[in-house]
Amino acid sequence: MSLPAELLYGRSHEWIRVEGDAVVIGITNYAQDQLGEVVYVELPEVGTGVATGEELGTLESVKAVSEFLAPVGGEVIGVNERLEDEPNLVNEDPYGAGWLVKISGSAEGEDFLDAEAYQQFLEQESG
Amino acid sequence: MHPWVGAGNDDQRHILTLLGLKTVDDLFASIPAEVCTERLDLPPAQDEDGIRKTFAAMANANAVMDSLPCFLGAGVYRHLQPAVVDAVLSRAEFFTSYTPYQPEISQGTLQVIFEFQTLIGRLTGLPVANASLYDGATALVEAVLFSHRVLRGKRNLVVVAETLHPMYRKVLDTYTTAAGIEVVVVPPTDDGRLDPEQVRAAASDRACCVVLQSPNFLGIVEDLPSLADATHEGGALAVQVVTEAVSLGLLAGGGDFEFDVVCGEAQSFGIAPGFGGPHLGFFACADRHVRQMPGRLAGETMDEEGNRAFCLTLSTREQHIRRAKATSNICTNQGLMALAATVWLEAVGGAGLRELAASCLARSEELKRRIAELDGPWRLAYPSSPTFNEFLLLGPGTGPELVDRLAGEKVLAGVPTATWGGSWPDGILVAVTERNSASDIGAFVAALEKLS
Repeated sequence: MSLPAELLYGRSHEWIRVEGDAVVIGITNYAQDQLGEVVYVELPEVGTGVATGEELGTLESVKAVSEFLAPVGGEVIGVNERLEDEPNLVNEDPYGAGWLVKISGSAEGEDFLDAEAYQQFLEQESG
Repeated sequence: MHPWVGAGNDDQRHILTLLGLKTVDDLFASIPAEVCTERLDLPPAQDEDGIRKTFAAMANANAVMDSLPCFLGAGVYRHLQPAVVDAVLSRAEFFTSYTPYQPEISQGTLQVIFEFQTLIGRLTGLPVANASLYDGATALVEAVLFSHRVLRGKRNLVVVAETLHPMYRKVLDTYTTAAGIEVVVVPPTDDGRLDPEQVRAAASDRACCVVLQSPNFLGIVEDLPSLADATHEGGALAVQVVTEAVSLGLLAGGGDFEFDVVCGEAQSFGIAPGFGGPHLGFFACADRHVRQMPGRLAGETMDEEGNRAFCLTLSTREQHIRRAKATSNICTNQGLMALAATVWLEAVGGAGLRELAASCLARSEELKRRIAELDGPWRLAYPSSPTFNEFLLLGPGTGPELVDRLAGEKVLAGVPTATWGGSWPDGILVAVTERNSASDIGAFVAALEKLS
């Protein structure tokens, strides 16, 4: 799966898409592959305030449970409710229907990678 | 030195020499003298046979539950003990095995857990039950912490009926103090039952759960549907505690009335009353909250060849996988006691359990009726409130005095409520089970008449 060029990537394998004053957050294809089949996603409540790096929710796969962190700070203004019944969307379509949370906040000043840099980062990681 | 045989005098001298010490006491020199006893005033040493005789004589001075008409209850009950329970329990395959950490090779253990869960689920009216917990009190604590998690830790208040078993309250207080959860207590009204309006007001929109026991500590059956409504109005979870599990043979579990958790003590199912236990906690909840459930969970599945098989499921909640963020520090179960309860329930059967519970109720009602007919100082504290197999008896004196005087008449009348305080009158909690014969009941009434 190629890396969508319009997204920004974090070193802990989450992606963000800037939409005006908000950012949509998900995990990358690499992350979902490492996690394995996702069976449950615990999402924050809309209206929750989070700081950068704070825990947003948890992803439970058949072999592990991992927390996912807020790549930017702000207020949670939307969560992907489809994941309640279809958590495997995180595996099947990590950059689309498998998005996790929408936060009102800005990516400015945060240290993100573009698709090309993230690709290199992944190669270094696995190399 | 042999690994299983204690050190002899020569060994001791050798060790002391190596350590550069003169006497064994020198090893304990760091213990302050003021906390040490100079010498214990003990009788001379005896041989093994002599010790057995001494202790047997001491034990025989006790009145054993089964040797006298016994109406003790208050959280521990005396029921039928079919021989098959101990026979299965003492099989080495079950007796020596611990909670399965390599679960799938332990099909027998998993099947027992699965059957236990199924039985508890059916009795409580809730779809998911765990593999058991240590006892009723810790099961209740888990229910409170569970409710706190379900509401995302935002509600640091728990409303507790005063008629919850006082010992359970104490265990709860230990945990809530440490967890920073506030406990608000709702007393019963004059009929010994909870008032839904008071529950509603106490819970409002701040409580994570309302905990009530039914049948309550006074033996009285609570009005579960109205209490569930009162609890849910402000968004709290409703938790029913059951200390006399046999009541579930006759009374529908809270799950049938929208309770979110039904938990408690299952000692009544095949575990003989013993001083200090062992006991058996159970915990059942609604499907939607299963990921916040504490403890182990066995599931049914199919093996590679399509045969029915059992597995541990949803283990990702648990400590050995999730570490510090596990839903609970309970990562085991009360396996052997859960086996006892499972064998007991399966031996007694569904219709049998109903019959047995009906017999408890009938005998208890018989004793209540005969007490109500007595002229004199003995009376029921709550004559018009519905009970299952336990009730509060008042008489001419304090509870502890009355218990002593009735013991003098060779009747173990029950548990004095004064032991634990509470806003109810000082009397005796009397429990009646299918083990109490007509002659037991006759002896009780005769003793009351004599002490009128």
